[in-house]
Amino acid sequence: MRRRIGFSPPWILLAPSLGAVAIAAPLLSLVLAAILGGSDALARLATSVLPVALRETAILLSGVAALTVAIGSGAAWLLTAYRFPGSRTLTWLLPLPLAVPTYVTALVYVEILDAAGPVRSALRASFGRDVADLWFPEIRSLPACIVLFAFVLYPYVFVAARSAFMTGDSSILAAARTLGSRPLRLFLGVALPLARPAIAVGTTLVLLESLNDVGASEYLGVRTLTVSAYTAWLNRGDMQGAAQIACIALVVVALLLVLEELQRGTRRYHGSANATARSEPVLLARWQGATAFVLCSIPLLVGFVVPAAFLAREVIRRDLLQSAGPLLLEQLGTTMLLSFAATAVVIAWAASIVLAARIRATPFARRLSFVASLGYAVPGTILVLGLFAPLIGVDNLLGRAWALVSGGQPQLVLMASGAALVIAYVIRFLRVAIVTLSAQLAQTPPEIDQVARVLGARPIALARYVQLPLLRPALGGAALLVFVDCLKELPATLLLRPLNVETLATQVYSASSRGVFEDGALAALVIVLAGIGPIAWLTRAMRQGAPDATRPAPPDQAAF
Amino acid sequence: MCAYRNTCLIASATAALLTASAAFAAGEVNVYTNREPGQYSATLDEFTKATGIKVNAIFSEQGLAERIAAEGDRSPADVLITVDIGRLQQALDLGVAAPTRSEIVASAVPVNLRDPEGRWTALSMRARTIYVSKDRVSETALTYEDLADPKWKGKVCTRSFQHQYNIGLTAAMIVKKGEEKTKAWLEGVKANLAKKPSGGDRDVAKDIAAGICDVGLGNSYYVGLMANGKNEDQKKWAAAIRPVLPTFDDGGTHVNVSGAVVTKNAPNRDNAIRLIEYMVSPDAQHVFADVNYEYPVRREVAVNAFVASFGPLKPDAMSLADVAKARKRASELVDEVGFDR
Repeated sequence: MRRRIGFSPPWILLAPSLGAVAIAAPLLSLVLAAILGGSDALARLATSVLPVALRETAILLSGVAALTVAIGSGAAWLLTAYRFPGSRTLTWLLPLPLAVPTYVTALVYVEILDAAGPVRSALRASFGRDVADLWFPEIRSLPACIVLFAFVLYPYVFVAARSAFMTGDSSILAAARTLGSRPLRLFLGVALPLARPAIAVGTTLVLLESLNDVGASEYLGVRTLTVSAYTAWLNRGDMQGAAQIACIALVVVALLLVLEELQRGTRRYHGSANATARSEPVLLARWQGATAFVLCSIPLLVGFVVPAAFLAREVIRRDLLQSAGPLLLEQLGTTMLLSFAATAVVIAWAASIVLAARIRATPFARRLSFVASLGYAVPGTILVLGLFAPLIGVDNLLGRAWALVSGGQPQLVLMASGAALVIAYVIRFLRVAIVTLSAQLAQTPPEIDQVARVLGARPIALARYVQLPLLRPALGGAALLVFVDCLKELPATLLLRPLNVETLATQVYSASSRGVFEDGALAALVIVLAGIGPIAWLTRAMRQGAPDATRPAPPDQAAF
Repeated sequence: MCAYRNTCLIASATAALLTASAAFAAGEVNVYTNREPGQYSATLDEFTKATGIKVNAIFSEQGLAERIAAEGDRSPADVLITVDIGRLQQALDLGVAAPTRSEIVASAVPVNLRDPEGRWTALSMRARTIYVSKDRVSETALTYEDLADPKWKGKVCTRSFQHQYNIGLTAAMIVKKGEEKTKAWLEGVKANLAKKPSGGDRDVAKDIAAGICDVGLGNSYYVGLMANGKNEDQKKWAAAIRPVLPTFDDGGTHVNVSGAVVTKNAPNRDNAIRLIEYMVSPDAQHVFADVNYEYPVRREVAVNAFVASFGPLKPDAMSLADVAKARKRASELVDEVGFDR
């Protein structure tokens, strides 16, 4: 039955269109630069840089994908389907690695595990060079990078998987149990496939984040496409070569996104609208519970506890509270302000894009939504370079208009006020919110929309009274993910910030540029601590969002 | 002679106040710097104290020249401070540098360390030295070509050869010896590596101290910074190495410069010129020499005693502008040889 398009007026597409235009501008500027680079530059790249870059990127992405799905969904399942001593605490704690920027974790582990670091020096002293240097895995290598990324980025998959396991229809699982499914089979054969869209969304975020990472990858000596683009620009001043490599990275990204779309296919993943009580988690026996606890704490230890403890140790050892304290408050204030502003804009915009795509469910609306999400796919530094031209062009126009009106000198308003930076954040992180909200909407059955329409709701009322309340847990989750991402953001901040403005992340960068990253440990620790709050709240909101067995079941639809 | 004494007094008092407030409102200067400002913040503070001009800064290792170019005629940038000749060349290529005439700069800085058209000037120099292990290496004179000598097999450490400092060295090698010989040299050094290139110049010292390698490349100023800093670990590393001022087979030592450019659309152009003049003044040059352990560009300012202990610096005679032009090819060669893998 064809939906009546007349019910969804075209102005609904205003927000998605603006989003698509905002992303398209820097991307086009990038493609233009790539084309200007010429084909023999591309040919030279194809022989010297691209083979290595493509191979390392492919290995990195597949390794990270496999590991994060295993860690993230495994931990989520253990903590949702079972109960054991410490499981509730672990549920709160497991997303914490999100608070630590990847470059900080890389810096910490290299300090600890590098050839001249404490671990290997101790091994060398006790067991000789063979154990310490030949057998010990090299931290500055591709395999180590894969493991590092997996333990730092698994929370995306964990949060998505847990949310799916909790809000999924438990009657399917109950049916599988009555048919005699053993626990592992239940997980692998029933729960995982049902949670696939959410896990795919989480994994894609992980892969995009790994692909776009420059700091940690370059530090660990991994030459992905993005690192190669960055190096081309940094060391050769070759903006066009960098743009060409970045475009190839975009192709890889497009492939990833298309894969994600395809695997969703036409299957429906929501349960019936008559969702009744959740299934009770199974209490585990003593040693099983202990094993589960240990397994679930490993990612937490590697991804959060070790880096945070190292930073805390350096802060104490170097008495950083004294020396860096006062300046830090100002940087903290700036960081918070920028992150709040960007998060507010992102949530409002993403919600309107996602709801518009739902109300006016045409392929065009979905494609607009897709383009608006591409900002995340482009590496930060390259995106900002592409942004310079359009953003500053707009800024110039605004400045001239303002000068005409007020009679003063035209100024670069957006750049000087920091608004340009907020715009860059919004363009970069729109995707995080869009996919989180869409995943939640995908689990909301369309029958609810249809009932509301039958009862006479126009688009705005439909959005306000029906869809937004249903979206609420995801709104909170999306806001927190975006906020934490903004706290950690570095490349756009470095290049677009106004004079004299420093954020916590740029402070860590400055210290690291001076070769004494430990001096930035206080700023890094504050980033981590500032991120813990939102993440803990996110976990709590997720628990409250899902009805649990003790609450009375919602009235059956059939009762109406 | 004033007819009305009181009016004269008031007039002169007002004039004095106006001049004072004008000096107070001497304005500001906006600095875009590739060099971490903490390294020369003392100089900037002294400048503000001496002239009343407030310095606003923004730091990023790259991208600033592009930003100035994109900002166009509304750019608030007055001065761009770069940390190597490559970035300087990039700024020139992007057209963001304005020719300036300053007698003070012309008399303070030797002619090969500034642009003949007045578009840039060097503020300080640094040499690419070879760190050798005090205990295990007895050589006191080395050439850059020696690093490719098979006798050092498994004993050489360096940071990524795509890093700007090493690219500068490779570019200088290309200018000196041509691409063929440079490629052979790169392959020779790669064969001698003790471990995959990683970290920074300080990590080279760290690795030598830990016994992982015996020689490595590093900039001259890091030794001073490590030996005289507050970090106990770094002091140990500095104590374990001896910096050698290497030369080319038939030339001098490769040097790089940290330089400054006045931007084309600087809103505070006069203040910008004053800042640069201050940075080549004896006071500031002493800071570069004694606090940052670099080689000052001003002839009459002596290098710090610690740095002088490395030996006399004989910079190679090649033009830095040529080195800058060869950087792109240098980076491509490093990729072709697969140095960092």
